[in-house]
Amino acid sequence: MLRYIYARELETCADLAHSMFLDRADQFKTRLGWDVQIDDAGEERDQYDALNPLYVMWEMPDGSHGGSMRFLPTTGPVMVNEVFDNLTGGNPISSPLIWECTRFCLSREAGGNVAGALTLAGLEIMRNLNIAHFAGGFDRRMVRIIAALALAPRSSGRQAQAGIKSALGCGNTMPRPITASPCAQEFPRRFRSFGLICLLGVPRPRRQCA
Amino acid sequence: MTTKAELDKILKALDATKTLEGLQGIIESICAEFGIDHAMYHWVDSAGDHYYFGTYSDAWTTQYQTKNYTRIDPVVLGCYQRFHPVDWKRLDWSTKSAREFLKDASEHGVGNQGYSIPIRGPNGQFALFSVSHTCEDEAWEKFIEDHSRDLILIGHYFNRKALEFEPDRRPEQAQPLSPRELDALTLLGIGYSRAQVAKTLSISEHTLRVYIESARFKLGALNTTHAIARAISAGLIII
Repeated sequence: MLRYIYARELETCADLAHSMFLDRADQFKTRLGWDVQIDDAGEERDQYDALNPLYVMWEMPDGSHGGSMRFLPTTGPVMVNEVFDNLTGGNPISSPLIWECTRFCLSREAGGNVAGALTLAGLEIMRNLNIAHFAGGFDRRMVRIIAALALAPRSSGRQAQAGIKSALGCGNTMPRPITASPCAQEFPRRFRSFGLICLLGVPRPRRQCA
Repeated sequence: MTTKAELDKILKALDATKTLEGLQGIIESICAEFGIDHAMYHWVDSAGDHYYFGTYSDAWTTQYQTKNYTRIDPVVLGCYQRFHPVDWKRLDWSTKSAREFLKDASEHGVGNQGYSIPIRGPNGQFALFSVSHTCEDEAWEKFIEDHSRDLILIGHYFNRKALEFEPDRRPEQAQPLSPRELDALTLLGIGYSRAQVAKTLSISEHTLRVYIESARFKLGALNTTHAIARAISAGLIII
């Protein structure tokens, strides 16, 4: 099942949270080889986890973590403005209507439905929290995953102007029917403005990524 | 019914406000414009001073302070833990103290419906912008669906203004518009469609929308037309 939890409330599901941070270490450090910090407990955490972000987690039947994402409003500190400022040309993106989505992570045990469920969660968040856009820096390899979520890039404008190596607008607003959720029917109407923006390109020299 | 033109007027008045007292007038005009009973803004600054502007009765604000209700109020407790706006119905009113607080509030004329927007400013600043009204659930849901985005933006602009009055405040670090944002506004201003602008700038329309949204917020505008007008009057773009 999907769970929406702010960092401050993670203690209410400590095992699930621990399992998420372990899976993040596994995905970002072990599998992708990013320069991320792993603590003594084997968890991957960064400074943004300390800012009380909102997590969406897929909880597996056994209570462990199947997949997750992390959200913060761009009115505060976010990676697109601090870590990926080479992608935005140093010009911060900021609005209460734009939130950043980072640390998209899937457990090795996750079934094929989990990524889809997380996409649904992203849309639910947009609707319920009144967010017009998501922004996020992504590894190039993510494009394939995003495409698999039926959020296929509609057009991509790669360019090198203004310090942005390449930018890709994503977000066909019509995810394939993912679940039997009654709200699924409403997506096309409500999300005409769905705007997931991916700032493509791995920032160098730090191979840290969202 | 609110119109963008009327809301623009409120934002212009907010911009022109030079005194703290002026902010009270803005709050009142927000109520009138949206046709709601109450609106309020509350911020405790780093020195522990309270900034409160709102339409609640003096009796209620006094009662609130005397009883130190910030420690009980589910709106304050709930909003402090999250970033997103919240309908009061979704908060935890189950404790005895919360129920007593609710009873006291409604006896003092606070509406049975409410919507609060937590605002995080620089250096850990936290403020709250709320609207409240007395009506049926259905009517309130409709109201929120129609106006929440405007309210979110107005709340943030109000906070931006309130910060200007903080004593010993560091000089404003105004966020300049990026070249991309300026290009986008200029092209929109001369009548290009979004598709044409995106093509001209070699970016996708979705990327363009994020630039526009960000520019709107920097300019304190509710919509794109308003943002272009502001950019022109500030001399940022020439059309």
